[in-house]
Amino acid sequence: MSDLYNVSSSSHIRSKDTSSRIMLYVIIALLPATVFGVINFGIRALVLILVCIATCVASEWIFEKLIHKKSTINDFSAVVTGLLLALNLPHTLPIWQAVLGSVFAIVIVKMMFGGLGQNFMNPALGARCFLLVSFAGTMTSFTYDGVTGATPLALLKNGESVDTMKMLLGTTAGTIGETSVIAILLGAVILIMLGVIDLKIPASYILSFAVFILLFGGHGFDVNYLTAHLCGGGLMLGAFFMATDYVTSPITPMGKIVFGILLGVLTGLFRIFGANAEGVSFAIILSNLLVPIIEKFTIPRAFGQKKEVKHE
Amino acid sequence: MGFMTFKGGVHPHDGKEFSKDKPIRELLPKGELVFPVSQHIGAPASPIVAVGDTVLRGQKIAEAGGFVSAPIYSSVSGTVKAIQPRRGAVGDMVNSIIIENDGEMKETEFSPVQDITALSKEEIIAKVKEAGVVGMGGAGFPTHVKLSPKEPAKIEYIIANCAECEPYLTADYRRMLENPQELIEGMRIVLQLFDNAKGLFGIEDNKPDCIAKMQELTQNEPRMEVCPLKTKYPQGGERQLIYATTKREINSTMLPADAGCIVDNVETLISIYKAVKLGMPVMNRIFTVTGDAVAEPGNFDICLGMSYAEVLEAAGGFKTQPEKIISGGPMMGFSMFGLDIPTTKTSSSLLCLVKDDVAASETTACINCGRCVSACPEQIIPTRLAKMAGYGDMAGFEKWNGMECIECGSCSYICPAKIPLAQSIRTMKKQILAERRKK
Repeated sequence: MSDLYNVSSSSHIRSKDTSSRIMLYVIIALLPATVFGVINFGIRALVLILVCIATCVASEWIFEKLIHKKSTINDFSAVVTGLLLALNLPHTLPIWQAVLGSVFAIVIVKMMFGGLGQNFMNPALGARCFLLVSFAGTMTSFTYDGVTGATPLALLKNGESVDTMKMLLGTTAGTIGETSVIAILLGAVILIMLGVIDLKIPASYILSFAVFILLFGGHGFDVNYLTAHLCGGGLMLGAFFMATDYVTSPITPMGKIVFGILLGVLTGLFRIFGANAEGVSFAIILSNLLVPIIEKFTIPRAFGQKKEVKHE
Repeated sequence: MGFMTFKGGVHPHDGKEFSKDKPIRELLPKGELVFPVSQHIGAPASPIVAVGDTVLRGQKIAEAGGFVSAPIYSSVSGTVKAIQPRRGAVGDMVNSIIIENDGEMKETEFSPVQDITALSKEEIIAKVKEAGVVGMGGAGFPTHVKLSPKEPAKIEYIIANCAECEPYLTADYRRMLENPQELIEGMRIVLQLFDNAKGLFGIEDNKPDCIAKMQELTQNEPRMEVCPLKTKYPQGGERQLIYATTKREINSTMLPADAGCIVDNVETLISIYKAVKLGMPVMNRIFTVTGDAVAEPGNFDICLGMSYAEVLEAAGGFKTQPEKIISGGPMMGFSMFGLDIPTTKTSSSLLCLVKDDVAASETTACINCGRCVSACPEQIIPTRLAKMAGYGDMAGFEKWNGMECIECGSCSYICPAKIPLAQSIRTMKKQILAERRKK
């Protein structure tokens, strides 16, 4: 037996898709919101974005060096985490806090639990919430056009009126990437066209949130109020880019819808009845924790199985 | 075109361009031929010849070993040289009858039937059984067993599996173009067994010429219908094909007959025709030699028992040294570590690939992207099942419907992390079945 050919279990061909290519797609889809954020908030925003990305990639590389594991920075997932975190920060945040947040996202939330695919919580959002509770002052002070001002959502909470047109465009105060609904939706279309996400989570999230606002918002059927809620805060960015994070959302088709509804209800609860104006980040990381339970109750019926088939 | 289809599936590069326009060429074997006694699902056949015996082409050399079994016939005339274990395409050693070919192709006498309609149902099934017809699409399930369901009156559809959804393979395609009449006659014979059944030809729409030809030939056949299918792997999977053509669903605990269906592959139906009409046993089949490593890819009418090496030679050998050679298609075929392996009733092709995707791709961590879930035609969750297989969690595996897996390999193909999901699931299924047998 001189020349032996390769043997392996079928199938013998593989698609061209790789995890790093998917991450690259996500980065491309985040570009509209990123570019808009930099134009809207200026060069300080760009600096913050680059710092977060660099810190995330560096922490992953150093951590893996220290524990003698093969480096995984080539999969670009740390880049995605850094970018997402930055888009969720006010552009005025001190650099050292952004660095701390990035290290927290990668080392504590992601690598400590086994790295890519093992984290139970969205690293960027985990870090954002960590920063929110640690540095409430700098994390919630927003300036726009050099003037310190409230975000549209905060205004809404105080019963003031907001300009929904500006919210669609994004020329308002807020975190770097969350303000422009148009830029985010453009990115969402890219994600869907490239087959990275489907609409199950975002649609059920946004719809259930809208229903919640209509029922409990206290404004009845006020289209302007509803639109402001839908366009305000991190809802759109969260629904399309963070709730859909593969690792921390259910894999079962029905589970995705349950997850989306849970997010909608929690976000509504936090926004209407909570102390803060915003609730998307907390809704998502809280729901992340429930993913295993959601999956357990949404095991799909296999093809050809009758509905009455019961498992013990 | 009407697009009948199923949920899930993948679209691998189809690679059929290598061999699809190459007409079937008959190959005459040289040297020794090897006939494994186990070329089908069920009990191995038992040899009825001894070393030194002279045999004729078409002579029975092994008798069926039970009801679920099939006899084996010599495809050449010559002398029995040895009866010993030989390596099969799947990699195991199988007891085999080795015949030294005398090159004369002297045949036994076959007894053709003039008027098939005069035959009784029992006579037809007996002829199919005697001819050693098995599922020649790859499964190798004895056809006479399939044709003997508990309640024949409840069979409503005979589905000819003409999908040929595996990439690269073109044997069924050539058959439909070159011998459509034999395929239709095969279907007619099976329809004679089931009074309430209709014959469906499920053909993927990447073969518009076959669809047109079959539609033309069946237009005056009230009991036959051509069903164009969407081109998607695994459209020719038995459960998927039944669903696409009849919208009926079956699961792992059911037989197609439970849904009133019987599915037979193109080559099987043609073998039924030959068995009943011409009285000829299964001795030949159409075989595709293809892949980017082969000098002159083509479709061949081979005598069973020829080695893969000999068929490859007829296709001009390698033009580039391949990394991987596969018996069957790239999705469900078996990779072989050598070419000195005999072709059998279920061998549909020899695929030689210059580059081995599996060896070239590095496995990374599962990112839970769900592509395997969307691709799975059984609507189960491959990545969870593979993980449970890794832990040895049998209860969890069964709860998450792991036993429904049809091992089509779509999940392994689509996985961006290049995890061999189907392999883990297949292994676990085997362990669970072994465990069940112990009880």
